[in-house]
Amino acid sequence: MNTLKKVLGVVWMLLAPTIICFLVYQANLKIIAASESTKANVILQWAIILIIFIPICVGFFLFGKYAATNEYAQLPSSSEEIQN
Amino acid sequence: MITGKTIAMNAEKKQSSIAFVIGASSVGTLIEWYDFYIFGMLATILSKQFFPAEAGTAALLSTLAIFAAGFIVRPFGALVFGRLGDLIGRKHTFLLTLVIMGGSTFAIGLVPGFATIGWAAPIIVLVLRLLQGLALGGEYGGAATYVAEHAPAGQRGFWTSWIQTTATLGLFLALGVIILIRSNQGVENFSAEWGGWRYPFWISILLVGVSVLIRMRMSESPMFTKLKSEGKTSTNPLKESFGNKANFKMVLLALFGAVMGQGVVWYTGQFYAQSFIETVCKIDFVQSRNIMLVAILMATPCFVIFGWLSDKIGRKWIMLLGMLLAILTYRPIYKEFIAITSASNRTQIVDYRITKAGPLMPLVDVKDKHKMYIRQVIDTAYLDGSHFKYTITDTLIGFNELGVNRPINLLNPTLIKYKSPKPNVVIEKTMGKSATWDIIWLIFIQIVYVTMVYGPIAAFLVEMFPTKIRYTSMSLPYHIGNGVFGGLVPFLGTLIVEFTKTSANPAGDVLAGLWYPIGVAAVCFIIGLVYLSNKVDQNVMD
Repeated sequence: MNTLKKVLGVVWMLLAPTIICFLVYQANLKIIAASESTKANVILQWAIILIIFIPICVGFFLFGKYAATNEYAQLPSSSEEIQN
Repeated sequence: MITGKTIAMNAEKKQSSIAFVIGASSVGTLIEWYDFYIFGMLATILSKQFFPAEAGTAALLSTLAIFAAGFIVRPFGALVFGRLGDLIGRKHTFLLTLVIMGGSTFAIGLVPGFATIGWAAPIIVLVLRLLQGLALGGEYGGAATYVAEHAPAGQRGFWTSWIQTTATLGLFLALGVIILIRSNQGVENFSAEWGGWRYPFWISILLVGVSVLIRMRMSESPMFTKLKSEGKTSTNPLKESFGNKANFKMVLLALFGAVMGQGVVWYTGQFYAQSFIETVCKIDFVQSRNIMLVAILMATPCFVIFGWLSDKIGRKWIMLLGMLLAILTYRPIYKEFIAITSASNRTQIVDYRITKAGPLMPLVDVKDKHKMYIRQVIDTAYLDGSHFKYTITDTLIGFNELGVNRPINLLNPTLIKYKSPKPNVVIEKTMGKSATWDIIWLIFIQIVYVTMVYGPIAAFLVEMFPTKIRYTSMSLPYHIGNGVFGGLVPFLGTLIVEFTKTSANPAGDVLAGLWYPIGVAAVCFIIGLVYLSNKVDQNVMD
């Protein structure tokens, strides 16, 4: 199980930047394709999406890193373990 | 000497004290959800009131963006008020969030429309919506923590599940109030600039007043009081929650392994479903809301059932099963919505009639005398009691031969300089009894998924974090999962469908919007399956 946790950790680490690249690519594509009348709206929509999801993807990458380094092999059973 | 009678009396007193804690916390939280949801419920009207009339879909998307902004700031509210709750206590913090929520909701009902104050209207509404989001970000974590810290070990899932019902009951209350006012006032009065749509916002101030009075009578959480008396409260909850790797990794696990999937299942079942049957299936405004009301009412007890069950068999498997069922059945369920409401599936009877027809029914545009509309209404009744109404409107623009202040004479075709290439068709469907129940069951199934993922989650989150930083630590993943991942379901779902529209297929793939919740829930399911523990932590006093 721990091996699976570590392997999937690498998958999450790779998935996070892939999602960012996909979102940036899509944003670029849609903004270019938008007509003049809707351009401002499209830029606003994609700005919202990118501003929200890029930090979340960074968090997802960190989650993957912790998983890949076996930080989740054993979950803490008491608050003391968390605080120490 | 302690007798059996004394023990029984103490147990009874404790039980009634917990019941008061649950009741007082739940009423406030329910009102906050009500405040938050009336905005979404009235999105179509708000887009007409606070944006330029000609903006159309762009105005609706902008309103949805403002609606989404309220969700997006929820994590910031979690940080601000979570920190405060861990520093000064749970009671005073969620009293403050209640007042902010009530005040900003009431104020939204007072903002004049775009027609009166122009762009100031959407800007003010956006600011008030952000305040609503901040307040909600602080409220839920406080209420869940407060109740969990009062609940006896082994019953935490059961007692916190009552708090979980408030989000759905808040939605129920919002729907009920809106339908009641709208049916009393009629559509036109309800949708006018100072019409009935404002009443649900104004009513909020009364509800909040009552709730504040109840909450003033509550005492602080016993665990927080104990920590405070021992001088063990956190001095910097944000640093201890997110600067401490051991705790931060649990925050990330809570978010990606549970709350992210729970959030999308929640908002798909209770918001996307309603939006879908109304905008894609074209079910009449009142009927679509009545369908939601019945389905919600039927499914709400399941919150408590799954909360109770999670005390017996653990939280993990109930939540993951809810996610898995959602992933596997969303597309078949939504395909069925389309099949049930499709005209091609119905047996048409003789009552096919044109009630108003032709160019002799012109409606002059009130602003532009050169513009006229020709309207035709086609009603179709079906054997099962369903009734489909198509309102077809053509626009004509012509030269005015009679003077600027008189309508154009459209009887003379040479005077017409423009005719809309494609008429605008508005469809309203009222479903028969059998079809209505089919839809109710399909929504009920989705809300049962909601109760599976949402019922145990408060207890699950409370047990993950220590008392001194619990409010902060559990609030952030909860509000990113629900506010951001969940709250964006209607907005991103609509956007994804927009992307699939082409000139060959102008309607696009109406089911494409489901890929967002399915994808997020699938990733969350895998993470939860592999990384989460099913152990119920009996001791949350630490």
